[in-house]
Amino acid sequence: MSVKASPLLEVTALNVHFGGTSLIPAFAGPTLRAVNGVSLTVMPGETLGLVGESGSGKSTLGRAILRIGDLTSGEILFDGTDMARATVGDLARLRRQTAMIFQDPYGALNPRMRVGEAIAEVLRVHRKVPRDKIGARVAELLNLVGLDEGYARSRPVDLSGGQCQRVGIARALAVEPKLIVADECVAALDVSIQGQIINLLMDLRERIGMAIIFIAHDLAIVRRLCDRVAVMYLGRIVEIGPTEQVFTDPSHPYTASLLRAIPDIDPDKGLPANPLTGEPPSPLALPCGCAFHPRCPKALPQCSTGEPPSLEGVGPHRAACILPPGEITI
Amino acid sequence: MSDTVLSVRDLTVVVHGDGPPEAIVDGVSFDLKRGEILGLVGESGSGKSVTSRALIRLLPGARLGIAGGSAVLGGRDILALDENSVRAVRGGEIGMIFQNPSSHLDPVMTIGRQIAESIRFHRSVSRGEARRQAIDILRQVGIPDPERRYDAYPHEFSGGMRQRAMIAVALACDPDVLIADEPTTALDVTVQAQILKLLMDLRDTRGVSIIFITHDLGVVSQICDRVAVMYGGRIVEVGDKRDIIGNGRHPYTAGLVACQPAEGHPGERVRTIAGQPPRVGQMPPGCRFHPRCPKADAVCMQTRPPLEASGTAHLVACHHPVLNAQEVAS
Amino acid sequence: MTAILRTGTGRTGFRLSFGGGPLPLYLGGAIILGWFVLALLAPVVAPYDPIYQDVAARLQPPSLAHWFGTDNFGRDILSRVIWSARIDLQIALFGVVFPFIIGTVLGSCAGYFGGWIDTILMRIIDVVLAFPFLVLMMAIIVILKPGLSSFYVAMALVGWVSYARLVRAQILVIKSSDFVVAATSLGYSHSRIMFRHLLPNAILGSVVFSMSDAVLVLLNGAAISYLGLGVQPPTAEWGIMIAEGQSFITSAWWITTFPGIAIVTLAMGFSLLADGLGEKLGVRE
Repeated sequence: MSVKASPLLEVTALNVHFGGTSLIPAFAGPTLRAVNGVSLTVMPGETLGLVGESGSGKSTLGRAILRIGDLTSGEILFDGTDMARATVGDLARLRRQTAMIFQDPYGALNPRMRVGEAIAEVLRVHRKVPRDKIGARVAELLNLVGLDEGYARSRPVDLSGGQCQRVGIARALAVEPKLIVADECVAALDVSIQGQIINLLMDLRERIGMAIIFIAHDLAIVRRLCDRVAVMYLGRIVEIGPTEQVFTDPSHPYTASLLRAIPDIDPDKGLPANPLTGEPPSPLALPCGCAFHPRCPKALPQCSTGEPPSLEGVGPHRAACILPPGEITI
Repeated sequence: MSDTVLSVRDLTVVVHGDGPPEAIVDGVSFDLKRGEILGLVGESGSGKSVTSRALIRLLPGARLGIAGGSAVLGGRDILALDENSVRAVRGGEIGMIFQNPSSHLDPVMTIGRQIAESIRFHRSVSRGEARRQAIDILRQVGIPDPERRYDAYPHEFSGGMRQRAMIAVALACDPDVLIADEPTTALDVTVQAQILKLLMDLRDTRGVSIIFITHDLGVVSQICDRVAVMYGGRIVEVGDKRDIIGNGRHPYTAGLVACQPAEGHPGERVRTIAGQPPRVGQMPPGCRFHPRCPKADAVCMQTRPPLEASGTAHLVACHHPVLNAQEVAS
Repeated sequence: MTAILRTGTGRTGFRLSFGGGPLPLYLGGAIILGWFVLALLAPVVAPYDPIYQDVAARLQPPSLAHWFGTDNFGRDILSRVIWSARIDLQIALFGVVFPFIIGTVLGSCAGYFGGWIDTILMRIIDVVLAFPFLVLMMAIIVILKPGLSSFYVAMALVGWVSYARLVRAQILVIKSSDFVVAATSLGYSHSRIMFRHLLPNAILGSVVFSMSDAVLVLLNGAAISYLGLGVQPPTAEWGIMIAEGQSFITSAWWITTFPGIAIVTLAMGFSLLADGLGEKLGVRE
């Protein structure tokens, strides 16, 4: 650890918009603003949770960072290079240092390829090990994710969801990435298997030290795994900070309602007394001002006009709300 | 008991494969009382969904067949009815709501007509009367401006509103039993809380009994009165939610509660249940949980444990039930 | 044996399906293999020279000497039917292989890269499809020079569109699946993603379709020869045999009937193989 650590990833004012352009302006449809002016940093070896409901843009953001999705504008500094304006060479370097883990463990693997082949392919393409060492390295990677090397000959259909997800992780590790984007990687798994994968990620993080952007809607898992968390609502980060601070002392009304809506596993607690009403508006027609104001129990008149509030706050814990932190409690 | 609405005994569903038929729902018995919300909890492949489909005689897949048992509703055994009578039960005495409303609502028929249609199929009322009743139901499920929304198509509704619309369709004929198969799994947490509140309100106002199928123990502890835990096609434990959550006596129940990511501290490894859930075609003999059970011995491998009383209205199917919560932690 | 569940005629001609099991696959394979062996062994099996004219034995009905009878030139129908298999199997093979390759390559490029490549290709396909199939084939063959090689060229120029559309549609579906996104994120080259990941998953439908397409090509080949634009007499070919025998259809039914049966059995073989393959590989047309 260096004293003055420089961030591994520094995203500034990232926008991802879809549609809304046409050769003839009159025919341009509405613009879908999936990601709106997002800025965040990830330190080497850090795990950043990205939480939000469907349509919050968290997956789009993750894919834009890895440059496997489109982006409209902004800056993505990865290890000092702006990947938003990457040359072919830059992009190749990004691919060699990042990897992704997917939600659907089966869908992420080529159904016609044996598991060992899928991992060996990464090693071959990136010339990670000499040709004659590929088999040994595949076995090593499978062992690393808790699978017997005999699984190298299996096809994805022969494996369970949890085993497939382990293979997906092994393949991601084959590139020896500095950054992994895990997009809802346990959401499709059974609870008893989820824990196995979470623990595996914790083990690997300790042994290998890669940074993880962990995209999830399950806040309990994020609290368990992540160092910092960013809460997204309609394409914007509304709150970001160290996980425990955000969970114990939320500074944005949305974060507060989200935390209260999670059902506790406690038979004596009933439903939350006054749940959030309504649903997130369409990202095709964002409300003026703070995008959360139509649902916000604390909304003031000035929340519905002007520019959306920017992330404010001293220190690492910041929120995009005009209310003073003490008045958030709902 | 007079207040028992639905009484299921030894329900068995088999899958016909290459070998001998295998029971994927194996001797399931439970009672559903009037105005009760019974949680049916289990992981993928536990048979919870198949159980509910068997009750309306709509098994997913041609290779599945009901091999035995009874399900008595209003003095009649649903499993012994002919096809015409079953059709009257579906949507009549039993309403169904599913995880994905989009695929269970007719996309080319307005919401209102789908409800009115169902009312007119089950009762002889005039067109105008059916419309009036449908609007009334739409209002009850919390759809704003029901007169206007009556003529809207499913795609014009948001996710949460579509789920409300499906609940309205299921309620059209004032059923005695509502089967809810993971109705909130596809929804965001803030919307999930709204739908759960609606279901509880409907239970209170209409006295409908609900079989709530889910994998989420948090949801169970919020809205269910009693819980049946399923594993490998069998009910392993059933009882009051306070008997099950935190005080479960089956090692699987106890393990399932313990491995929730919310149980524990940040950075700590998540407790897990080793191994994988059994797959169709590979159900182990004896107690189906024994390959994953820390307490399994020779008896468990050979003899199926019967579902026996462990207290008032608390049944456990285990040769070596857990004594207390401390035992799980060790 | 299980009963025949559905029969129907469409663009693919004649189709039969059996309920479950790999029976269609084996039955279809056996029929095609049978014809293949027969074609290979034609010089040995055929009792007579297919173009030898025995003027003394013209228009003989089926007999012990001539099992399938003789035609108006006194040629042995059985020998001609057997020798024809060589030509007709070749028609089915080349008539499918060239369009398959061209269509697959163009279709996967269009589907994978999209953009202007896709737009141009789809417009070309629209133009080709705007003409009636047989009329376009005939026009191309007439321009080139009637004969078998012109038939193959015409087939390749016209037939690729179905494969291109099929593969393109498949690629579009698979392109957005996670394993392709994963391949992109792992830095694989376009050609690797296309040939190692997309095509093996996209091509099954085309393989199955090619089997039923072989039926169509076979019937086309026969039709083109019947119209005098394909195989030239006196070469034995089922289409020509039917054309030549049609003026005797009332007096000498055997001249047209036996080549007709031959076409139908081979077509059925391909059709069964297509159904069986589709079922085995889990592809629905």
